[in-house]
Amino acid sequence: MGQITPVNQINKSFKIAERRIAVNRSVPAIELKNVTKRFGEVVANKNVNLSVNRGEILSLLGENGSGKTTLMNMISGIYYPDEGDIFIDGKLVNISSPKDAFEHGIGMIHQHFKLVDVFTAAQNIVLGVDDGKKFSIKKVNSRVKEIADKYGFEIDVKKKIYDMSVSEKQTIEIIKVLYRGADILILDEPTAVLTPQETVKLFAILKKMKEDGKSVIIITHKLNEVMEISDRVAILRKGEYIGTVNTAETNEKELTEMMVGKKVDLQIQRLKTDFDKPLLEIRDLSVKGDDGSVKIKDVSFYIRGGEILGVAGVAGCGQKELCEAVAGLRKIDSGLVMHKGESLIGLTPKQIIEKGVSMSFIPEDRLGMGLAPNFSITDNMMLKSYNDGKGPFVDRKTARKNAAALIKKLEIVTPSTETPIRRLSGGNVQKVLVGREIEAGPNVIVTAYPVRGLDINSSYVIYDILNEQKQKGTGILFIGEDLDVMLALCDKIMVLCHGKNMGIVHASKVTKEDIGLMMTGSKNLTEEKVYGKAKDSHLSEQEWEEKKTNTKEAED
Amino acid sequence: MTSLLVGSISLATVFLFGSIGEIITEKAGHLNLGIPGIMCVGTAGGCLGVSLYMEMCNGNASWILLILVALVFAFAFAAIVGGIYALLTVSMHCNQNITGLAITTFGAGFTQFFIDTYVDRTHFDAASKVLSSSLPFASNLGWFGEVFLSYGIFVYFAIAVAIATTYFLNKTRAGLHLRAIGENPATADAAGINVTLYKYVAILVGSGIAGLGGMFYIMDYIGGSWENASTIEALGWLSVALVIFSMWKPHFSIIGSIIFACFYILAFKITGITFTQMALLKLLPYVITIIVLIATSVIGSKGVQPPAALGLNYFREER
Repeated sequence: MGQITPVNQINKSFKIAERRIAVNRSVPAIELKNVTKRFGEVVANKNVNLSVNRGEILSLLGENGSGKTTLMNMISGIYYPDEGDIFIDGKLVNISSPKDAFEHGIGMIHQHFKLVDVFTAAQNIVLGVDDGKKFSIKKVNSRVKEIADKYGFEIDVKKKIYDMSVSEKQTIEIIKVLYRGADILILDEPTAVLTPQETVKLFAILKKMKEDGKSVIIITHKLNEVMEISDRVAILRKGEYIGTVNTAETNEKELTEMMVGKKVDLQIQRLKTDFDKPLLEIRDLSVKGDDGSVKIKDVSFYIRGGEILGVAGVAGCGQKELCEAVAGLRKIDSGLVMHKGESLIGLTPKQIIEKGVSMSFIPEDRLGMGLAPNFSITDNMMLKSYNDGKGPFVDRKTARKNAAALIKKLEIVTPSTETPIRRLSGGNVQKVLVGREIEAGPNVIVTAYPVRGLDINSSYVIYDILNEQKQKGTGILFIGEDLDVMLALCDKIMVLCHGKNMGIVHASKVTKEDIGLMMTGSKNLTEEKVYGKAKDSHLSEQEWEEKKTNTKEAED
Repeated sequence: MTSLLVGSISLATVFLFGSIGEIITEKAGHLNLGIPGIMCVGTAGGCLGVSLYMEMCNGNASWILLILVALVFAFAFAAIVGGIYALLTVSMHCNQNITGLAITTFGAGFTQFFIDTYVDRTHFDAASKVLSSSLPFASNLGWFGEVFLSYGIFVYFAIAVAIATTYFLNKTRAGLHLRAIGENPATADAAGINVTLYKYVAILVGSGIAGLGGMFYIMDYIGGSWENASTIEALGWLSVALVIFSMWKPHFSIIGSIIFACFYILAFKITGITFTQMALLKLLPYVITIIVLIATSVIGSKGVQPPAALGLNYFREER
């Protein structure tokens, strides 16, 4: 993204923006009064009051299912409020569609990107914009390029969305909103998918927008980001509006208490356990991605019982492929995956689960892998245990009991065990997935992004569960995003860069900066030392070599 | 050989109208399996229009008026049935496949009953001669004239519609919006596009265009005779298959429809084959459709996939 040019240069070409900037600045840019929204019996928002001034960044804080996204969707015209009023520049407005929202200068960057995969960047940006002039994609391309150049965004306007990284997609979303000349920007968990460096760049842009008189509402769970970026913080709890505080006059602890409604301990514990022999050993693993390119290249590591091994890396550096290879969902090109000295290669996912290896991968859209959205919690619990019972009938009673226990333990917000999980909020869905995997009592847990998009309270519930498992002697492969969390929770951290192992370090002896350097490939510890080969392995080095040749011969 | 090609191009028009109608509908994310029935109803409309007009002018039809009447009636009847499909699937969120199949069953039965009961077919011969009359100088140009200029006006109209549709989808703002809706309606909605309106218009226009195919079959291709609606329904299913064969690209449909038509009439043109062999030959379009499906799946390129939201109804407030 690089260098940034003042936003007002771009806005000159937008009539809407000009008209709006002339408006009195003492009146809030947007104000909500007593807004209520229900989905059937579920009250998503109850009597919410909120205001944002021009040139201000407001953080919207709340746990999962507290109605933050629903509230923002009402401002951006996706949902329509059941009760209450929305004022823009002091005037009562009726926002019944996204188009209305645009006309009032409101632009929302959704958590789940609203982009058409098979379209180019420019086609996505221009979508829905009708400036009354003759449509020409060439003109659009050059306009987009103009905006991108002025901001210093690096994008290829002709690149298709399906070829883009997450950060690139977010850039497109932001340009899309700017292209329409929005003055009120809403960002729904924008940093959830970004690296620390990308977050810094994003914040620089947001600050620039603020200086330019734009109003920014940012939804985020990360308290350090709230403290860093916002002027004021509005807090929601279970759909109710708790209050707004000035960021300068508060601290992380107070915010957490307002959000959760009780005191929370913000420390992550790294429990000391006695490590066992290596449970899962991976040697020289190479795996290809969906497009045929090599995603994991000669990676070796091992996990002992009672150990949490973290995997750090920028998005798309092979984490997904690694998980799938271990769980038997992806073909292994070369290398060995050994569980207690026995090879897992060639086994079906079911056989691997039976050996006690469980995988929970939380994809970017959260619902993509592992759960059936139209099924209830009970049914989703049964997806893994359907085969355990005897006879042709499923054992719904036990499953329902398990579901109820899970709801209680993880504090899942749901009307009942029989509610389809697509009706639950993202964080609650995630608790169901992680909870179910652990219910099966595995001895190796492979978990990717288990706290993706989760609020603090829920995240700590997940960390506690993982620690509990660790104490039981389970080996855990933890693929994470938040380096602070990984440094606190994991025993060791393996850093991947473009599918290569950059080294495995002790979490207590490494700095965040070092890991950052390894993630981008500028530091490679494997050049000096061999990592990931246990001395007390189940197999001797000679046996490893034999296994390798055997597998090769079997393939030939 | 020439006669096979000429016959193919003529019959291809039925497929072309049908598949373009279906492509437009599918680009809006609606898999309209009602197209065969809608083509039947278009036939009923066209036949009614022609018979009323011929009666009015006592058999002395004006070329241009007859074309207009046939066009408008066929389009309107088909679009009305398309409207029922749109109401059920767009507004009431009914399952698209079941709605489509119901429309097809209804359309075929309705048409059979309607034409048998209400349409006076006395002047169909004369009307068909007018509608299928070739361009005046075609006969002077030898094989060139025969292959390229010997058809009724609707053949050229179909090709023009195919090219116009390609242009619309790829070069216009509305076309971009329509494709976005078929790929990801939530995105299009969030971008301020009126998803419901676009879907309705696409389904109505698509159905209307498809309806022209049925009318063309009776009034031009088989020369104004009428037996039953099931033939048109069968051609309708081939049109739906042709959408896949042409990979949702209307200009590919032009060639695709000729290939389909060629296979279809090959069965009648080859002499000395048994009934079974004939049936097998008629299977060929379906076989190549399956091959194309396999090929696109194996290639796996995103450029040749169906619209991502095809078959899924969109409801904004659904969670």
